[in-house]
Amino acid sequence: MSWNTSDPMVSLKDVHKSFGDLKVLNGVSLDVMKGDVICIIGPSGSGKSTLIRCINALNDIQQGSILVEGQEVNDPKLNKLELRKKVGMVFQQYNLFPHKTALQNVMMAPVRVLKQDKDAAEKSARALIKKVRLEGKEDAYPGELSGGQQQRVAIARSLAMQPDVILFDEVTAALDPETVGEVLQTIKDLAEDGMTCILVTHEMAFAREVADHIYFTDRGVIVEHGPPDTFFKNAQDPRTKEFLSQIL
Amino acid sequence: MDVIYEWFRLLYQETGINLPFLYDEYDRNRMVDGFLTTVWLSLVCLFFSVIIGVIGAWLQGSSFKWTRRFVNGYIQLFRNTPPLVQLYFFYFAIGTLLPRVENDWGGQSPILGSFAWAAISLSFFAGAFNVEIFRSGIEAVPKSTVEAAEALGFSKLQIYRDITLPLAFRVVLPALNNNLVNLVKTTTLAYAIAVPEMLYEANQIWSDNVNVTEMMIFLLLAYFVLVGVLVGAMNRWERAMKIPGYG
Repeated sequence: MSWNTSDPMVSLKDVHKSFGDLKVLNGVSLDVMKGDVICIIGPSGSGKSTLIRCINALNDIQQGSILVEGQEVNDPKLNKLELRKKVGMVFQQYNLFPHKTALQNVMMAPVRVLKQDKDAAEKSARALIKKVRLEGKEDAYPGELSGGQQQRVAIARSLAMQPDVILFDEVTAALDPETVGEVLQTIKDLAEDGMTCILVTHEMAFAREVADHIYFTDRGVIVEHGPPDTFFKNAQDPRTKEFLSQIL
Repeated sequence: MDVIYEWFRLLYQETGINLPFLYDEYDRNRMVDGFLTTVWLSLVCLFFSVIIGVIGAWLQGSSFKWTRRFVNGYIQLFRNTPPLVQLYFFYFAIGTLLPRVENDWGGQSPILGSFAWAAISLSFFAGAFNVEIFRSGIEAVPKSTVEAAEALGFSKLQIYRDITLPLAFRVVLPALNNNLVNLVKTTTLAYAIAVPEMLYEANQIWSDNVNVTEMMIFLLLAYFVLVGVLVGAMNRWERAMKIPGYG
């Protein structure tokens, strides 16, 4: 299956997902081009997190198609490990490995999964820790770091796999207000470097600033989408308007 | 040393408190051999029962229904029957079914001796409990931590080895301690199939010297010290494994 950079890097078509009787996604379609930063916003329980978790096959889907660089994710024969080398993910609760230091957290996957040489992996891990502005914290365990610091280690850990696209699942939702900024700055740096990012977020000001495209989801469908300027100024759908009036 | 030997010989002559393994070389060798056999049997069983626990808990997470059933069947069988009955079953039932080999004197010997059967039987016995102990630890590892490893492309085996097991180990150490302490104490059952461990050798000595009371007191203290050393080592290990800022 060939894929070239003018095709969408991630392409969802009519994706349906339910947990038992609960329908979570009801026919979602969206395209993400290489280098795009897209933000998915919407009320709690609207299926935002489920949506991005389907992209790296942490959740399977019942119907529809998800293409990542031309590779079908909704395929029982999918090589999940290959997919996950291309798609990084950062979680709301950081999910660092608590028994490993910051440095070990970052270099573990490259050594284990990509079979990188240990010294080379350590060198790039140190560079990534510097990139997320955590120099001097290499040997700290996650339990010794603040939430914002842990989340930046998690971002470095994801970057260490050199993914083509990173999924951010409400990565600032568990943070203290004063540490939200440092994490958002890190993501902004990434976006400016040209990393393809798919974010689920409640940070509207941030979404407006960094996103190329905003998607608003409610009850398992994409209600409305558009570039941030149009989206925030000229929302058409009453549900979008109501949501925006509550949070802006 | 000779002074000590003489002192215990004198103690016996003056008071009647008879500890022959402290002044008689033959009895001393028996006691030392018994002690070493107990220590060696304990170490072998500790090692294999932990291996069984780790592998069994891994197989319990298998996606094959029959693999999980097999592990559960094993646990039920070995947890719900007395260890002495298991020992007899292995030694007398399985042992006699196996082919015999010619020994050095031209006679026929069982292919496995009593020590080997005790090691096998007790490892399976303690292993059944260890599977359950490790399972409880594995279940205590947050699903989200495992998910993070999945998202990074770790394989199932890598996740078990690098993430789940190291975290589960820290959770289960107190429970594992208990089971391993029990295992060391249960090695005395090997007496029943004539493994020359500490209890067996003590029995030999009291049969020859008619000093049951002294030997019983000694045995109690010897096991107390032996298990105390194990517990001390495990506690040290527990402290060494502690992660800063976690748990």
